[in-house]
Amino acid sequence: MSILVGRETKLMVQGITGREGSFHALRCREYGANLVAGVTPGRGGQMFDGDVPVFNSVEQAVAETGADASLIFVPPPFAADAIVESADAGISVIACITEGIPVMDTVRVVRYLKGKATTLIGPNCPGVISPGESFKMGIMPGHIHLAGRMGVVSRSGTLTYEAVGQLTDLGIGQSTCVGIGGDPVNGSSFVDILRMFEDDPDTDGVVMIGEIGGSREQEAAEFIAQELTKPVAALIVGQSAPPGKRMGHAGAIITGSAGRASEKVKALDAAGVSIIPAPGEIGVTVQQMMSGR
Amino acid sequence: MKIHEYQAKGVFAKYGISVPRGRAAKTPDDAARIADELGGRAVVKAQVHAGGRGKAGGVRVVESAAEAAEAAEALIGSTLVTFQTGPEGVPIGSVLVEEVVDVETEMYVGMAIDGSAEGVVAIASAAGGMEIEQVAEQTPEKIISVAVDPVLGLQPFQGRKLAYGLGVADSLNRPVAALMSALYRLFEENDCSLVEINPLGVTADGRVLAMDAKIDMDDDAMFRHRDIAGMRDVSQEDALEVEASEFDINYVKLDGDVGCIVNGAGLAMATMDVTHAAGASPANFLDIGGGADEEKVAKALEIVLKDANVRRVLVNIFGGILRCDVAARGLVMASERMRGKMRPMVARMLGTNAEEGRETLANSGLDVVLVDDLNQAADAIRKAR
Repeated sequence: MSILVGRETKLMVQGITGREGSFHALRCREYGANLVAGVTPGRGGQMFDGDVPVFNSVEQAVAETGADASLIFVPPPFAADAIVESADAGISVIACITEGIPVMDTVRVVRYLKGKATTLIGPNCPGVISPGESFKMGIMPGHIHLAGRMGVVSRSGTLTYEAVGQLTDLGIGQSTCVGIGGDPVNGSSFVDILRMFEDDPDTDGVVMIGEIGGSREQEAAEFIAQELTKPVAALIVGQSAPPGKRMGHAGAIITGSAGRASEKVKALDAAGVSIIPAPGEIGVTVQQMMSGR
Repeated sequence: MKIHEYQAKGVFAKYGISVPRGRAAKTPDDAARIADELGGRAVVKAQVHAGGRGKAGGVRVVESAAEAAEAAEALIGSTLVTFQTGPEGVPIGSVLVEEVVDVETEMYVGMAIDGSAEGVVAIASAAGGMEIEQVAEQTPEKIISVAVDPVLGLQPFQGRKLAYGLGVADSLNRPVAALMSALYRLFEENDCSLVEINPLGVTADGRVLAMDAKIDMDDDAMFRHRDIAGMRDVSQEDALEVEASEFDINYVKLDGDVGCIVNGAGLAMATMDVTHAAGASPANFLDIGGGADEEKVAKALEIVLKDANVRRVLVNIFGGILRCDVAARGLVMASERMRGKMRPMVARMLGTNAEEGRETLANSGLDVVLVDDLNQAADAIRKAR
């Protein structure tokens, strides 16, 4: 078991004929994901990797193949449209990898998704992987993962790989790893994903990786204190970043006191979270946290 | 992307938001002419991408066209140091010459993207002229905010809530509410990330005026706002940051001596933190970004080494899309170009083709210490002096 996706998931890739889309569609397939369709407007009728049909629209792809998850590589100006097209066609899980989508586009998309049965992960994220299900929809290197019972949720890409690498090195496997994205507004928040891990019988604990900017880590702290029964270890990066400067991620900028790393650590600490003291200590902190139980 | 006050006021005017009469001047003659048109008495304001201009001497009230020319002469071409600029300051390329408006009340209004609200939040405070951060920390009860639904836009009742919260005279509730609606339209239609009017002034005869104007744009939306993209003033930005942006490298100059080269923003922040915890200071944030090739990695190292403060370099690559062997060859390429400027390097490579990458660096003849994890990286950076 895992959250969001699994062995039964039928994966579709929007932007499958592009350079990144085709490269990663193949990697996902190699990892074991059931890739049933691709979508690129104007390329309908082609085949991808021999036997994966490409469609002009998500609607057609869903009707013909029963696709229920979509991985999006569409360029920024067209990405919002691609997300809404998928949601409109009834796709249940969307992971949008695209970086650089105008924030107001994401704001409108997230508003559109309210009350719909579609979960959006991202944008500007590495995607979702469930090693025990041999399923990945994302750009993370599959081989560093290990099947197991820790959930991972993060705003970052390569830092998530760093965390996973440290866990795997210590023999600590992962149930599902979710990158929620580095933009100021995301389809899914820490709280959304933590709730899913709480409800997942095959997840025993969670590693949460936050960073400077916004106050979504504080919301997570409140949720953890009030509702989460599983142990959480958290790392907040950007302790050494000055205010007012954007650290790569559009969302990683300290604009108010809540955005500071120290405020986030304080809130999580007060919620009983195991604070990971340094980026090199992710694995050992989780090991200690889980061995004490 | 930031734009100047005079440019922001131009955008305000298009949306019917009143601003003091005035224009930008690039020369003392221009400044004198504009002051003359305004009747002699005017305020001359340095145009820089930083707050705190008043206290730094960048805003001067003049009584005549000749004085306006003098003030412009003193300001244009000089460097303004405010609490937001750092000790190096920012160059003043132009001044805004405006009529002097006597206001009775100063307030703050602003809008920004808020992740928790999943959209735009409009903020108002009766404590105008102050840093809003300071107000938020000291007297949070003085701040009124409303979250705007992106489908509906800022609703009239929300505008009224802000206006009542500001405690303006009854006759001003409608103009202030209308101003907030206009400000939201401006924010949304131009893909802003931050808009501030601080102070928003009310005159004795009941006019509501944007005395100052700050607009930050969403860089990612500039492709559909060519007009505003053209307002970019690179003289206000760090030269190395501008150079990096041309190569699509995320680089932010800081003031330490450890040059950091990393792939991925989160890992780059983590690497800065590791550096910091080791008792050293990062010279920069640098995320090479996706789709990097040898040339881009080489460019990244060149930019880092162009910073004269850099005494040692910390490379942290988690190979995925970017293969470690490609990154290593890029680093070696740059070291050949930057001969004589190279600094001792600590490198950590993990993930795709890490072994090949490490071998390339080990055989390059460079002064490089290869480490396996972040804790070793911290130790090695401490020793690399």
